[in-house]
Amino acid sequence: MAQIFRRRSNSIARASLAAFVILVCAGGWVLHAVYWSPWTTRQMTPLEQPVPFSHKHHVYGLGIDCRFCHTTVEKSAFAGMPSTETCMTCHSQIWKDAPMLAPVRESLAKNVSLRWNRVNDTPDFVFFNHSVHVNHGIGCATCHGQLDQMPLTWESHVLYMKWCLDCHRAPEKYIRPREEVFNLNWTTTNQLAPGKKLVAEYNVHTEQLTDCSMCHR
Amino acid sequence: MIDDLRLPKTVKPDSNRKSEIGNRKSLWRSLDEFSNPQKFREQLHDEFQNGASDFSDFNRRDFLKLMGASIALASLPACTRQPIEKIVPYVKQPEELVPGKPLFFATAMTLGGFATGLLAESHEGHPTKIEGNPDHPASLGATNIFHQAALLDLYDPDRSQAVLKNGEINSWENFVAAIRDVLQSQQTKNGGGLRILTETVSSPTLNFQIQELLKKFPDTKWHQFEPVNSDNIFEGAKIAFGEMVETQFHFDQAKIILSLDSDFLYSHPNSVRYARDFAERRRARFPQNEMSRFYAVESSPTVTGSNADHRLPIRASEIENFAHALAEKLGAISNPAIRNPQSAIENLLSAIAEDLLQNRGKSIVIAGENQSPQVHVLAHLLNEFLGNVGKTISFTESALANPVNQIESLRDLVDALKQNQVDALIILGGNPAFNSPTDFQFAENLARAKFKAHLSSDVNETSALCDWHIPENHFLESWSDARAFDGTTSIVQPLILPLYAGKSAHEILDAMVSPPGRSDYDIVHDFWNSKNPGANFENGWRKALHDGLIANTKLPEKKTTLRAFQSSGTGVSPVSSSKENPLEKLDGRDAHPTTQNLEITFRPDATIFDGRFANNGWLQELPKPITKLVWDNAALISPALAKKENLENGDAVELEFKKRKLKIPIWVTPGQTENSIALQLGYGRKNVGHVGKNAGFNVYELRDANSLWFGEGVILKKTGEKYPLVTTQAQQTIDSDERQILREGTFDEFRREPDFVQKNSESPDKNDTLFYPQEFKYDGYRWGMAIDLSACIGCNACTIACQAENNIPVVGKTEVARGRVMHWIRVDNYFRSAPANPEMTHQPVPCMQCENAPCEVVCPVGATLHDKEGLNLQVYNRCVGTRYCSNNCPYKVRRFNFFEYADYKTPSLVPMRNPNVTVRWRGVMEKCTYCIQRISEARINSEEQNRKIRDGEIKTACQQVCPANAIVFGDIGDPNSRVSKLKSHKLNFSMLGELNTRPRTTYLAKLRNPNPKLSA
Repeated sequence: MAQIFRRRSNSIARASLAAFVILVCAGGWVLHAVYWSPWTTRQMTPLEQPVPFSHKHHVYGLGIDCRFCHTTVEKSAFAGMPSTETCMTCHSQIWKDAPMLAPVRESLAKNVSLRWNRVNDTPDFVFFNHSVHVNHGIGCATCHGQLDQMPLTWESHVLYMKWCLDCHRAPEKYIRPREEVFNLNWTTTNQLAPGKKLVAEYNVHTEQLTDCSMCHR
Repeated sequence: MIDDLRLPKTVKPDSNRKSEIGNRKSLWRSLDEFSNPQKFREQLHDEFQNGASDFSDFNRRDFLKLMGASIALASLPACTRQPIEKIVPYVKQPEELVPGKPLFFATAMTLGGFATGLLAESHEGHPTKIEGNPDHPASLGATNIFHQAALLDLYDPDRSQAVLKNGEINSWENFVAAIRDVLQSQQTKNGGGLRILTETVSSPTLNFQIQELLKKFPDTKWHQFEPVNSDNIFEGAKIAFGEMVETQFHFDQAKIILSLDSDFLYSHPNSVRYARDFAERRRARFPQNEMSRFYAVESSPTVTGSNADHRLPIRASEIENFAHALAEKLGAISNPAIRNPQSAIENLLSAIAEDLLQNRGKSIVIAGENQSPQVHVLAHLLNEFLGNVGKTISFTESALANPVNQIESLRDLVDALKQNQVDALIILGGNPAFNSPTDFQFAENLARAKFKAHLSSDVNETSALCDWHIPENHFLESWSDARAFDGTTSIVQPLILPLYAGKSAHEILDAMVSPPGRSDYDIVHDFWNSKNPGANFENGWRKALHDGLIANTKLPEKKTTLRAFQSSGTGVSPVSSSKENPLEKLDGRDAHPTTQNLEITFRPDATIFDGRFANNGWLQELPKPITKLVWDNAALISPALAKKENLENGDAVELEFKKRKLKIPIWVTPGQTENSIALQLGYGRKNVGHVGKNAGFNVYELRDANSLWFGEGVILKKTGEKYPLVTTQAQQTIDSDERQILREGTFDEFRREPDFVQKNSESPDKNDTLFYPQEFKYDGYRWGMAIDLSACIGCNACTIACQAENNIPVVGKTEVARGRVMHWIRVDNYFRSAPANPEMTHQPVPCMQCENAPCEVVCPVGATLHDKEGLNLQVYNRCVGTRYCSNNCPYKVRRFNFFEYADYKTPSLVPMRNPNVTVRWRGVMEKCTYCIQRISEARINSEEQNRKIRDGEIKTACQQVCPANAIVFGDIGDPNSRVSKLKSHKLNFSMLGELNTRPRTTYLAKLRNPNPKLSA
């Protein structure tokens, strides 16, 4: 009776064992890649918006301060989104017939809010607070990136917990003087030593920053 | 179950406790525990009760199939991307609003006509929480359970949403046209065929509107009816004083309090305030302090009675005899003795009499609204005799707009209906077809009215019988005004536009009087403007809205003299010539009431009141203060009667009363009077939303106008059927024999030996632990809580405030039965001594926030751990649901989401939730973290202002709501904080302190002040 398995079956078996290991690793790598890819994280991916609002034009081109629209960023957990009226303060005078701005005019006329797509979104079990960051010397650009260079807004950083903790473990790496918080182009060559001083000066309780209760309730 | 009512033999007196509790008997929580401690011991060691973690109706095969499918599907959710959320800014941003920061608005809620001032929290325009208004005299910052739960009523998806005509959707305009036609036809009759039926009214605006209508239609009649009313109080006052006066009690001034079936700490219109005043005199912190002594005489155990130093359970019908005997003993009346009280009562009577005589001018005798007018006369007489008037008691006019005898008022209406005199009946609120006395046959007679309109927040039994139904606005949606028990007037200010096409009573009346009808804002505003037409009106109006009350509207004290009794040098004595001796009315009493005869008593339900809250899941699931029953009512019977009739908990019985029959399950209740059966009103609703369906039994079917509160001659028959009643009383029980959960003593013991609590407590050295005692160094804030058991009255307000603040879901009756109730803070009831009349103690139990937390060391994923401020955190997004933590928790305070309890689907419930608290999902453990969202907010505020958090700046939800101020939270690292001072007090103890868990929540021992002559 002939052998059921030929001699090369051994090689196939060995190869398939190796292939299995490689497949598992590759599968793991693919999952990891997908998890961190812009497809999942939406990092660097501009989102479609009801009005193609350009931060580049308004901030870089016109020099409007962040707080002109995001009025509550120093007072509240929520930075605040401009009301339709805020948009119309200027756009009732300039570009008042631009087809691009039709949804804004319609919103005012019909008293129905604009519905923007949230670009920087943390999960619902994370309670991020803008005011405490801004008041402790964390600049807008630290998390939101170079908004003045964004024709359409995208997420600059992956808002995963690892990324948050990077700063919460060592805020001196990112802290800046309070007066520079809204300066999107502030840079320094000497971050660490003055950073440590600022952390002390602003009473940042570093020992507490990695407590779960800081962000999760 | 309760065959053996003697003390269990296995319970050995604890030698440690001897000096502390003297010769007292051991603690127990349920009658099962009392009679069968061995079986009970076995249950104690379970994490949850048997079956809590079992699937129901599920076999092994199904389980394996499902497991296979779950594993296959488990990886799929990880592949979904986070959905894109929307940001929806305002079109016009309101000026004062900072998105993300709540605003608080002063408003008021009425119950039984009387207002309690509230502050409602609003997040971006939707109300999320109700707190008490600290400036309002009926609240002082606290609320009761009904105020807390009113929020859920606003968002109730079962609320009525449209005007209905004969059950079909119609419009408000058509209704107004219809009612105008009716009024037109009434012009010729002077309105003789028009009747208005309201609930109890204190609103000055509504009163004014009705009076305007009555001016236009002089023959129209206004009726008022609520099933829980003050008729007896008013009638008693009329006999005693010849006029209608309201009695205001000042419990903070009283040293001796005697309650004659009054539940003044819980169901009185001013109970929130009374609880605060009462508790002030109960927390004796120093041996030189004074503590009040409280005697309660009642038929069925109430929250109030459970706080008594001496509680006498006697039948409701005998309380009049008791009061009479006491008045005789004191010499307040000189009528011949009608009946000698039993000798057991005799001792108590003498003791009370002696105490009252020694404390003239410093005592209070208060009678309940369920007792006859004669009892109220006797209470007035005693207070007058004891010189309490002007000291602990004062009189005012009633704050109600038009106080009437409501039973008579409704009787008038029913008589008119029977004689076909009613052409049109406008019912503004209430549900008389369900809750009026059964002998009135209101529902049947209602059909005789030709035009029937009903304003109601839900389509209830009465709406179903009316031609027109108008949805009623919630008080958070409409303008109104109302008066508190002491007369303080508040404007009821809405926080949100009506969610549905609702209207208020004001708008209906306005549409009737002055077409085309104004908005409720204009009606209320114009009314007050017409009263104060000055140029400064707008300023005053805005101030009244801001403060939540109109200044100087408290009723002035009223001088009134007790009729037929006059003061003489030696005391108060009856005027012999008087023909109006009120006591003549007392002589017709039954000289020998037969105690063998069974009696039934009716009381509003402790959580759903008269039935109006039947569709409120928070209240349905809130354990009743004494029995801890949920989702049902039952006939409460005494252990002795249960033994005699061979009844067990849940046995359905048939009660026959005046030939009317009702089938209802029984619940054996410690402290219930023998031969008295207590029934709770409000259950058994038929036309009700999905929450209140099939809950409980309608005892209104037995209630008639002559026995509104109690009646004798009921026949009890065992049916042999069983009904599943669910109670949380025996759930989350803690091993109570060997370990010290609860410490209590008497005020005398405390005086003799101020450190008696701590002397006997075993507190191991901090380093006696296998873990790393130095692992956590607390340099910053150290949050802690102290709960004063002497002050706690057991009202459960903390439980429901926590539920509202922390988005705690409702799980339903069957889930509670499996031990899956989700409340983060529970109030445990403990009983001591024989079940016939045990001492009761309430103990609120939140998470203890142990420093050496047993839960933390067993969590495999680090989902529960410490932060630097000493909070024992629960990180929901890390939790994988092993439940090891709750298994290891000696306090049993952790709650597991067995199913998707949070209702994500009902859209109306979404805006109700606290946006600062995670809505937990299936499969995670959750628990109290001292309202960490409030701590975070205070911490961020203080850091931005570069200061420390001030003492008292953070109030946990349970602390804020507590009418008795029993809960104090704060930084125990600050030696000057209130909580530190309490924790360094000699009465402070840790629950299960000998386990060295080092709980941050500690208790102050319960002190009682029994009469030494009675305890011997």
